[in-house]
Amino acid sequence: MAEELNRLPLHALHAELGGKFVPFAGYEMAVQYADGVMAEHLWCREKAGLFDVSHMGQVLLPPDQAQALEALVPVDVLDLEVGRQRYGFFTNDDGGILDDLMIARRDADLFLVVNAACKAADIAHLRAHLGGVQPVEGRALLALQGPLAEAALTRMVPDAAAMRFMDVAVMTWQGAELWLSRSGYTGEDGFEISLPAENAEAFARALLEMEEVAPIGLGARDSLRLEAGLPLYGQDLSPGISPIEARLGWAVSKARRADGARAGGFPGAPRILAEMAGGALRKRVGLRPEGRAPMRAGVPLFADAEGGPGIGVVTSGGFGPSVGGPIAMGLIDSAVPDGAMVYGEVRGKRLPAAQVAIPFYKKTYKR
Amino acid sequence: MKYTEEHEWLRVEDDLVVVGITEYAATQLGDVVFVELPEEGLEVVKDDEVVVIESVKAASDILAPLDGEIVEVNTALTDNPGLVNEDPTGAAWFFKMKLEDMSAMDDLLDEAAYKALIE
Repeated sequence: MAEELNRLPLHALHAELGGKFVPFAGYEMAVQYADGVMAEHLWCREKAGLFDVSHMGQVLLPPDQAQALEALVPVDVLDLEVGRQRYGFFTNDDGGILDDLMIARRDADLFLVVNAACKAADIAHLRAHLGGVQPVEGRALLALQGPLAEAALTRMVPDAAAMRFMDVAVMTWQGAELWLSRSGYTGEDGFEISLPAENAEAFARALLEMEEVAPIGLGARDSLRLEAGLPLYGQDLSPGISPIEARLGWAVSKARRADGARAGGFPGAPRILAEMAGGALRKRVGLRPEGRAPMRAGVPLFADAEGGPGIGVVTSGGFGPSVGGPIAMGLIDSAVPDGAMVYGEVRGKRLPAAQVAIPFYKKTYKR
Repeated sequence: MKYTEEHEWLRVEDDLVVVGITEYAATQLGDVVFVELPEEGLEVVKDDEVVVIESVKAASDILAPLDGEIVEVNTALTDNPGLVNEDPTGAAWFFKMKLEDMSAMDDLLDEAAYKALIE
């Protein structure tokens, strides 16, 4: 029996905008609009793109649960200042990643944003360890991303101009309470905006009426984040991949590291801290396939053009519209020298791919 | 012009047929970023996978519409895969075939039947 798909609060607007719908994480989502993935991607890099990410999970926690939350994530939550957010992940006892998330500290609570596919499991996990876990109902989540995002948003919400990267704030627009963060998943400057579902359509339409704002679907969301070198949970991150393998050691807060004030104390800490000190067996790398053939998730990787054992697998890959060619991220044996050519097996042929630095495409944020 | 249920079009040109994909197929695929063409001289039977086409979204195969020999491929697509979206029924032809049996064309869909298929 086919699973019933949920619809987002803005479904009718997506349809009106020419959205082509696909099932994603239990939701019916627009993968692209009339202009297509390539045009949407480039638009977001040049101007401002509006994304509906209302499928993602929004969760509130009482402020006194900061310490209990620290027992689930390798993040300094206790010292997170009001008005700031940090990136983090729920780890498991094996040192793998259960989900990645944003943790924001606000005046009267902690606000989490988690992945749609992990939402139910995350809430159960939180409830098993924390009190007062409150999933947010009835609020949409939009993202406005791109170099003109600030110019567009501040016409409606002037105070948003004062926000720096990873700031969070509560503001109002036409009586609706907006929960803003200056962050995103595109490698561009921008904002994520949680707002009451009943105000979401008017808010989105007001943005879309602006010349520089266009709607962006899931397809370009994926190519934008891939170019920005941002890992996707379920592909580049999973319960079988440690944060150090995924090169997310930077997100393990200083206070939680081996020499920190509150070292360890999160699931899988022995492995994760040992890998931070002594290295991990595998590493996430950026790959730039030669030629034009994309190397997509699942493509096996080898050290040699012929023969030899596998060294890993592509975890995300496709075409980078701003790069102008195929790009991929893979998880490979750490023994493979940095910069060495690797080979991806595509349709029975081993094609060369250079290891390159990620992000593939870099912009500066307002800090 | 004749059509297949796999959304290819075939146009007779002298004693050869030119093969491409329909506007509908190109739109469904999305932006095409990679095309891998067969070698000229390849003998194919109907439904052999002869062309690999990748869009920003996914990889797909184009199947040989009928039995015959690939006599010419459109190398312009290798350098400019986006032609498939710009001009699917013109400049973005994929290959020319010499059919085993020209009368096999009769079994393909005509324009009205193809239009009915995609509606």
